[in-house]
Amino acid sequence: MTRLVEANNVTMQFGGLKAVSDVTMHIDEGEIVALIGPNGAGKTTFFNLLTGIYTPTEGTLTFKGQPVGGLKPHKIAKMGISRTFQNIRLFQNMTALENVMVGRHTRTKEGPIGAVFRTPAFKREERETEDRAREWLRFVNLESVANELAKNLPYGDQRRLEIARALATEPELVLLDEPAAGMNPQESQALNGLIRKVRESGVTVLLIEHDMKVVMDIADRIYVLDFGELIAEGLPAEIQRNPKVIEAYLGKGAEAMMAAHDEIREETASAPEDGVAVADASAVGGEE
Amino acid sequence: MSADLIIQQLVNGVTLGGMYALIALGYTLVYGILLMINFAHSEMFMGGAYVGLGMLTWLSSDSFPASSFFKGSTFGLILLFLIVFAVAGITIGVLGVIIERVAYRPLRHAPRLAPLISAIGVSIFLQNAVLLWIDSKAIPYPSLFPVRQVISIGGASLNSLQLLIVVASLVLLLILDTFVSKTRIGKAMRATSQDREAAGLMGIDINYIIALAFFIGPALGAVAGIFHGMYYGTVIFSMGFIPGIKSFTAAVLGGIGNLRGAMLGGFVLGIVESLGAGFLSTGYKDVIAFGILILVLIFRPGGLLGESVVEKV
Amino acid sequence: MGGSKMDIKTSVESAKMSPTKLAVYAGIGVLVFLAPILFQGFGQLFLVRILAIVGLYVMLALGLNIVVGYAGLLDLGYIAFYGIGAYAGILGGQPLSQWLAATFPDQPWAPGLSYFIMIPIAAVAAAITGIMLGTPVLRLRGDYLAIVTLGFGEIVRIALNNNIFGLTNGAAGLPKAGEVVPKPFGLDWLTKVTYFRIPNLGDNGFTFTFTANVYWYYIIVLLCVFTIFVVRRLDDSRLGRSWTAMREDEVAAASMGVNITGAKLYAFSLGALWGGIAGTTFANFQGFVSPESFTFMESVFVVCVIVLGGMGSIPGAIVGALVIQGVPELIRGMASSGLLTALTGITVSAEAQSAISNYRYLVFGLLMVIMMAWRPQGILPSKRRARELRPEDEKALDETNQTLYDAQHDTAIPGEDL
Ligand SMILES: Nc1ncnc2c1ncn2[C@@H]1O[C@H](COP(=O)(O)OP(=O)(O)OP(=O)(O)O)[C@@H](O)[C@H]1O
Ligand SMILES: [Mg+2]
Repeated sequence: MTRLVEANNVTMQFGGLKAVSDVTMHIDEGEIVALIGPNGAGKTTFFNLLTGIYTPTEGTLTFKGQPVGGLKPHKIAKMGISRTFQNIRLFQNMTALENVMVGRHTRTKEGPIGAVFRTPAFKREERETEDRAREWLRFVNLESVANELAKNLPYGDQRRLEIARALATEPELVLLDEPAAGMNPQESQALNGLIRKVRESGVTVLLIEHDMKVVMDIADRIYVLDFGELIAEGLPAEIQRNPKVIEAYLGKGAEAMMAAHDEIREETASAPEDGVAVADASAVGGEE
Repeated sequence: MSADLIIQQLVNGVTLGGMYALIALGYTLVYGILLMINFAHSEMFMGGAYVGLGMLTWLSSDSFPASSFFKGSTFGLILLFLIVFAVAGITIGVLGVIIERVAYRPLRHAPRLAPLISAIGVSIFLQNAVLLWIDSKAIPYPSLFPVRQVISIGGASLNSLQLLIVVASLVLLLILDTFVSKTRIGKAMRATSQDREAAGLMGIDINYIIALAFFIGPALGAVAGIFHGMYYGTVIFSMGFIPGIKSFTAAVLGGIGNLRGAMLGGFVLGIVESLGAGFLSTGYKDVIAFGILILVLIFRPGGLLGESVVEKV
Repeated sequence: MGGSKMDIKTSVESAKMSPTKLAVYAGIGVLVFLAPILFQGFGQLFLVRILAIVGLYVMLALGLNIVVGYAGLLDLGYIAFYGIGAYAGILGGQPLSQWLAATFPDQPWAPGLSYFIMIPIAAVAAAITGIMLGTPVLRLRGDYLAIVTLGFGEIVRIALNNNIFGLTNGAAGLPKAGEVVPKPFGLDWLTKVTYFRIPNLGDNGFTFTFTANVYWYYIIVLLCVFTIFVVRRLDDSRLGRSWTAMREDEVAAASMGVNITGAKLYAFSLGALWGGIAGTTFANFQGFVSPESFTFMESVFVVCVIVLGGMGSIPGAIVGALVIQGVPELIRGMASSGLLTALTGITVSAEAQSAISNYRYLVFGLLMVIMMAWRPQGILPSKRRARELRPEDEKALDETNQTLYDAQHDTAIPGEDL
């Protein structure tokens, strides 16, 4: 197993707020790693650091041994990291197929000259782009809506389309930011299968998810953030029993974690908010 | 350049800077709150000069009953100018509010280029309205203000009009600064520029704040317009464009959205331009400001003092 | 899989035309071809000239459309590239034609090739200028970019006006006194051979002689067709998709591997390239250039054509140019040639004629405001642009496209997060 991502003491500061604080973690090839934590814990910020939207204030981030902190987003995409967004950021007025075709951008190269002269190479590349895009649509089970505008798709489809678009960049690591948010139980169940399928296709997954059932079900390892700090890491079973995590998620959230065992779905979206208030107390609870 | 000339250019530069600073505030206020370049702001400056022209001409004409009083004594003259500045400021301020209501408010949620295009439209409309309905040629400005040499150092001198422009600009800037940092409304303005949505949730009437910004900016621009007319002796419909761009440059130079930055930027630009003009042929005078604008935006888009109305502490 | 290309709606190849559409295009084609012959034949020369000028604006609008419509960047100094093309065309065309005359003394037509040789050169000159300006400024926010390009446009005009490098002859323009722009290839020959007369047609008979205006009209139409051809292919390509994606969501596009600065630079320089082609054509057509043709107002004019016609839309650019450049010129031209009086019985005084050109700016200003509020997608919008500018649901309106710059510099629109 090779190391894919290494974060060493990464900090991201916004004014007086440390959204990510001194985080050290790693992801190995072929894993499904989950990043969890209450609202505002800094999970999305960590994604933004890994994809070049933000530059870390301190610390180093490497991908396959190469530093990525502060690189331009498109360079990072080319290196093999792709992502989805918490509040879906599809190209709303493009079709599903076109959305995925944009994902092929880094793996293609034809410029204006090829476009104007419609060179054989250009045509070949366009055809291949389209074919591959369709394959990815089929992969996420959306081929039937290939020509629908992204904005006209139901919520769950939009989430899956974002995954297809991310996969079209041919990443080695895909970052999924709350892919199950807004999905109904069936869709969410199917998503678990999809994420496994992604891993089986050879892509490593880093997953942010509030739905503990999804997390406990598919994650190999879990990192827990709270107020920007890493408060726990380990196997799902360990995390579930970790008192600090339970405290951070206290209230309904904690029940939800326990309930995950019994296959009872909880409305987790609102749960962590309760957790945040109490988490303050837990932070006093001492260092590990 | 001789020392005299440098001093003279400094004096000229500070005068010019006062005007730039006054106009720049309008750009910065609106940008701070709406993140929009009010391209029509240069026409507020032009309009102010024309309203001032009309008022000065009317109040001092023999047919106006009190004209001899206005022209007869120093006190009368001061009163005359106070009235002229007040009327022009209020008229143009109201015009600014109307323009915001008609041309910008409907576009508040539109893509960001839409209000900019609309603003360019307003600017073209106003210029051509003046061209068509007032005059297409330059009009001489009434020279009621007694221009006398106040101080002279060697070959350089400062005259009473320059002194008036510099002092009046500084006073107005000080008043605005105090208003924004000390009063309730001013604080509401700052809050709005920080986070419009949050300010709205806190119970601040956003539309009122925006309208206020669109009153204050143009009113100050109008004052600068009258100064400009008095200083250069003529007005023309197209007079707003170049000072407008330069003042925008000043606002960017100081850090757009930052009030004190706009003031600083105005004076810096005025001085740099005046000194620089000595080194370049007059034909290239305006290139200095455009060059600074491009360089600042490329290398320090946050400006000298950084963006934001609220000085980050 | 594979095969059905038809599915992508924007695909040029798949655009199998319906018979009605085909008939409409054929009709337009015939009209465009016959128009100058008819106008010239019935003695209304000014109409040919107006149409040629409209054609130049169509080219300019289509070029700027790459920047504004496709890439979503506002360029307020676009006319500078037009100017660079125009000056390059004359400055390079003269020595080139002299050299051609000296090298091929037996071929009297050879010097006339200089215009055509200068087209790509002027285009590249403008494009290189575009790259040089664009490289540092394209990472800026959209509205900053607009102002920087405005500044650039003014600097170019001021430089031309001040006889920069001793080349441009200042406000007097080029060519200098005593020099002329060489006649383009084929004009003389066509003038000699093309003549016909139908005595019984119309009041004064129909007499067609080939003139310089007709010549330029056809050249410009050909260039317009070429422009449309290229622009459509650009839009339907990997590059075009990256422009659309970037316009829709810069942050998402960048995360999917689109090099934002690169895509903008492509748009900016390709737009400039077309400015250069139109510029050199304009210079040769007029036989003269001066800085006053390249003012800020001219840039606004072209933006106005696009805004009115519909951003990102090719038919929109054509209709926009016809309305904005054609209609006022037409009224004025018809008035001064007496055609208006002949047709409608209305007489327009000389004063009123000049007022038309003054009022048109007033009207354009108003038009820009009204269009933004009432129909931001323009008269003939591109389908996608219409959806972007007029989203059906109110919620989508609130989601401004945050630029990558804003996201990275923490100057984000408050309340918006990733
Ligand atoms: N660009 C920014 N500027 C200032 N503060 C920010 C910025 N982005 C994030 N933050 C702050 O950083 C903290 C972490 O936010 P982040 O979005 O990473 O949380 P999260 O763990 O993804 O939460 P959620 O579960 O709600 O998505 C929050 O307090 C947020 O307000
Ligand atoms: Mg998040």
